[in-house]
Amino acid sequence: MSERAPEPVTAAANPPIQPLPSNLLASDVIRASATAELPAPERQLTQVAKLIDVSKCIGCKACQSACIEWNDTHPDVEENVGVYENPHDLTPDMFTLMRFTEYENPKTNELEWLIRKDGCMHCADPGCLKACPAPGAIVQYSNGIVDFISDNCIGCGYCVTGCPFNIPRVSKTAHVSKKCTLCSDRVAVGQGPACAKACPTKAISFGTKESMIELAEERVEDLKSRGYDNAGLYDPQGVGGTHVMYVLHHADQPSLYAGLPDDPQISPVVRGWKGPAKTVGLAVAGLAAAGALLHGLFARANEVTPHDDEEAENLVDGAGHRGREA
Amino acid sequence: MTNAWTDIKNTDLVIVMGGNAAEAHPCGFKWVTEAKHHRGARLIVVDPRFNRTASVADVYAPIRPGSDIAFLMGVIRYCIENDKVQWEYVKNYTNASYLVRDDFGWADGLFNGYDEEKRDYDRTAWEYQLNEDGTVKADPTLADPRCVWNLLKEHVAAYTPDFVENLCGTPKERYLKICEMIAATSARDKVMTSLYALGWTQHSKGAQNIRGMAMLQLILGNVGLPGGGVNALRGHSNIQGLTDIGLLSNSLPGYMNLATEKEPDYATYMSTRGNKPLVPGQTSYWQNTPKFMVSFLKAMWGSAATKENDWGFEWLPKLDVPYYDILRMFDMMSRGEVNLYFCQGFNPLLSFPNRAKLTEGLSKLKLLVTIDPLKTETAHFWENHGIYNDVDSSKIMTEVLQLPATCFAEDEGATVNSGRWLQWHWPGATPPGEAKHDTWIMANIFLRVRELYRKEGGVCPEPILNLAWDYKDPTEPEPAELAQEMNGRALQTLYDPTDPTKVLVEAGKLLPNFAVMRDDGSTMSGCWIYAGSWTEDGNMMARRDNSDPGDIGTFLNWTFAWPANRRILYNRASCDLSGKPWDESRKLIEWNGEKWAGFDVPDIAVTAKPETVMPFIMTPEGTGRLFARRLMRDGPFPTHMEPFESPVENPFNAKLRGNPVARIFPEDVEQLGTSADYPCVATSYRLTEHFHYWTKHNRVNAVLQPEFFVEISEELAAERGIVKGGRVRVWNKRGEVWAKAVVTKRIRPLICGGKPVHVVGIPLHWGFMGAARKGFGPNSLTPFVGDANIDTPEFKAFLVNIEPAAEEASS
Repeated sequence: MSERAPEPVTAAANPPIQPLPSNLLASDVIRASATAELPAPERQLTQVAKLIDVSKCIGCKACQSACIEWNDTHPDVEENVGVYENPHDLTPDMFTLMRFTEYENPKTNELEWLIRKDGCMHCADPGCLKACPAPGAIVQYSNGIVDFISDNCIGCGYCVTGCPFNIPRVSKTAHVSKKCTLCSDRVAVGQGPACAKACPTKAISFGTKESMIELAEERVEDLKSRGYDNAGLYDPQGVGGTHVMYVLHHADQPSLYAGLPDDPQISPVVRGWKGPAKTVGLAVAGLAAAGALLHGLFARANEVTPHDDEEAENLVDGAGHRGREA
Repeated sequence: MTNAWTDIKNTDLVIVMGGNAAEAHPCGFKWVTEAKHHRGARLIVVDPRFNRTASVADVYAPIRPGSDIAFLMGVIRYCIENDKVQWEYVKNYTNASYLVRDDFGWADGLFNGYDEEKRDYDRTAWEYQLNEDGTVKADPTLADPRCVWNLLKEHVAAYTPDFVENLCGTPKERYLKICEMIAATSARDKVMTSLYALGWTQHSKGAQNIRGMAMLQLILGNVGLPGGGVNALRGHSNIQGLTDIGLLSNSLPGYMNLATEKEPDYATYMSTRGNKPLVPGQTSYWQNTPKFMVSFLKAMWGSAATKENDWGFEWLPKLDVPYYDILRMFDMMSRGEVNLYFCQGFNPLLSFPNRAKLTEGLSKLKLLVTIDPLKTETAHFWENHGIYNDVDSSKIMTEVLQLPATCFAEDEGATVNSGRWLQWHWPGATPPGEAKHDTWIMANIFLRVRELYRKEGGVCPEPILNLAWDYKDPTEPEPAELAQEMNGRALQTLYDPTDPTKVLVEAGKLLPNFAVMRDDGSTMSGCWIYAGSWTEDGNMMARRDNSDPGDIGTFLNWTFAWPANRRILYNRASCDLSGKPWDESRKLIEWNGEKWAGFDVPDIAVTAKPETVMPFIMTPEGTGRLFARRLMRDGPFPTHMEPFESPVENPFNAKLRGNPVARIFPEDVEQLGTSADYPCVATSYRLTEHFHYWTKHNRVNAVLQPEFFVEISEELAAERGIVKGGRVRVWNKRGEVWAKAVVTKRIRPLICGGKPVHVVGIPLHWGFMGAARKGFGPNSLTPFVGDANIDTPEFKAFLVNIEPAAEEASS
């Protein structure tokens, strides 16, 4: 077999100097949206994870910067609206965002400035993928990465509804949904994610899921020695665990961290519509939309009708509001 | 830094005070998270704001801007009172036991000898009692009431916890908790590191803030040890290099001083620089000054520098004032006394205080030349940008020449980091457009000026005509050539002074270190402390071997650290008097019975026997100074002084304003405000998203922090009717700015002198050029006064007022 790029197991992993073929293949896809049957994968990749240790994070936004640079996105220069978050929310051009929360701990009377890097959690059981009606627009690889394949995306925004973390954002100009790819294009050639590599304080680590859990245990022990009795790992089982995990000082109250869901679950609506039952699910969301979507899918995979657009926007906006409430 | 970034991992306790390491030095801060993670180190942050460093701290305490000396003297008092002193260290390695003259004293906030008229002290009495042979009188029992230790005890007695709480606004319980944590590092096997930056330097008593911490670290026995030290985190990637090679107006390379006009010749200059040891047998390394000076002069003027002409000493400029610092230059400019100003890699319109005065000064120039990779505000000071630069261009006659230069990523050379590491780098990109390296620009200006002197003569042409300029391409000296010139060469073959048959360095060869330098003209070196950085073995600065045999973070084969590749200064003090490490688990060097050896380059003659030669080899005493003698203008001990603009009176002496010996120009006194008109204390700072005024030119950074804002407490916001994200006006006598308001719990009113003091935080990254939104810098508001010793401007504590403002009219 020709030499393929190695699987990266650290944030700082460097690719070999000579160009090597990708090590993340179509045959490594274990799930694809709106696709009932996939060929059985020939191999199982090592499960990877990104561990974000909020107790080491200084909120410097180097991760945001690296994300913009690597993905070559062009977020707007916005205004200051009285907070440190910039841009003010995730956008189709900003896949990760530092969220800042000023928390007065009632137990200690201490102020805590909780800073959390928000972005796709790469759920083992991805709600976005389940909700997506476009064949192959969302895929999951056997290493755990959940990726959006823009060429197959119709920009409908169902993934937003499906996501329990309110992460994907639909571009109004490109008509595709965008989110963190866990740098699948870097991982494919032996490099860790750009954000993890850029992180100056090692608040973001990357490696096998197993090693990240071990590292988290070490960190939790240190935090407990500093009086954070409820320190712990955030790897929510409601979505089958995630490939982006957090070390939290207050693992008993994830929602303190800018509304990180305490117990994320895939919405029952989305959960209901999988496989052959998908049309039923779509009916719940709106029959008219389903018809239009199916038409769009099979006729011109990359284009949407104005009607699709409108429906998608409604969905996205609605999902946005729900996300805020969560 | 006395230590190095990588050394922070060895510490037990980090105190960040007078800086915001996570925010301003995020990459270096990784060593703090490393120490916390793998050593269980604790982190204390003392700052007016609960900042990004505080967000990962174990203990945070607020402090009123400009009250750090009181806090630090209070901690020293606590340590003495509670017997938390590393006694063996203090008795042997500091000047605690030396006797001070009887006529030295302190009362009412002033040391003896104050002359209000001259705003200066007569410092004669601030000196040790000397024996007839010129050595120091000492009382090793510390019983004598005139010994430094007892004078220090007396000096800090006023700084009780109540006094500190009342003055600094730091809650007493919190303060005592911090005292206890710090004091615990007086144990032999516990170490604290101090990380500070411009939060301490940018005060009218900035140098005394740092002295306060240096003294505390000496008392705790934390200087010279892995994980210890007094560590200045430099504000630019190569600002350490700037000071090393003497770019300050009163400096020469390698921390030598430019002569004053009272030192017109070499002999007079050297007559006060003998540095005879004050304690017998001590190193007093500055005794070698003639070797460094002559080698420097030989680097300047080559064969034109001869013994007969004092090596060209008379061609060096002589100062008629203490120094031509930037405040003085702009003051002269504002009075029309400067015609031409060269501004290289510098944006003073945003980085020096009282912008209105700066604009006035620049407007009175005939010619301004800027050399910069960016379109700076300074280069465009004459352009009207609405409220952001409200000038009348038609009234400004200054001609401006912008010479586009390359940026760090486009050139080759060494940058010197805070840990004194000279790290060689290679260009990563080709310069755009017409941009030229600074060396090309300087060389071409020099060659043209020299030609004019050759053709037309002029006053004092010798320094220009005789300048050594032996580069392969005179129009563009290569970085390697310049680096080798700084390292130095043997001009004649050097023989071992103890064995004249033994050749040390052959003529023409690069010097291996500064120990071989001579004062007879047989060696040259542009910057003696850099000797060893480029030797016959190659470019030591380009080394990239990250092995660390002692696992103590010294990395001796990674680049080159001055002096002599030493990573921790005063490292002999990491061992007890007999030469054993204080803490075996943190062994750096030790005396092996014959010599000093270990994982760092020993900071002492390798064969110097323990118990005879003390660790502080640069002082004539051989010891660290708790009492600074006459060396600082504002006192041998730090004493609390209020900022020039303060909401409270100096509790020692209500008549004193600011630092009583800091220089302030008469017009600038009139522009000082009082808390009656300007009740809020403002302080300036950086944010991680930006680097000074550079990165606002970069769109990615502009996205991450797009617009100028100020930070205030919820209490102040409520009092003034300011809402989060609303627009505010901040003003004082010197100017006004408009900003967005970030209303936060991270700033709280401080109770000082029984009344609440509100803090307004003003970050410094915006201007009227670049990719980010137009905004202001804090320097529209800051006072035109600096530190009494070095005139670093007082950016960290001044007074303002604040009110809600109408939204900006959209244009």
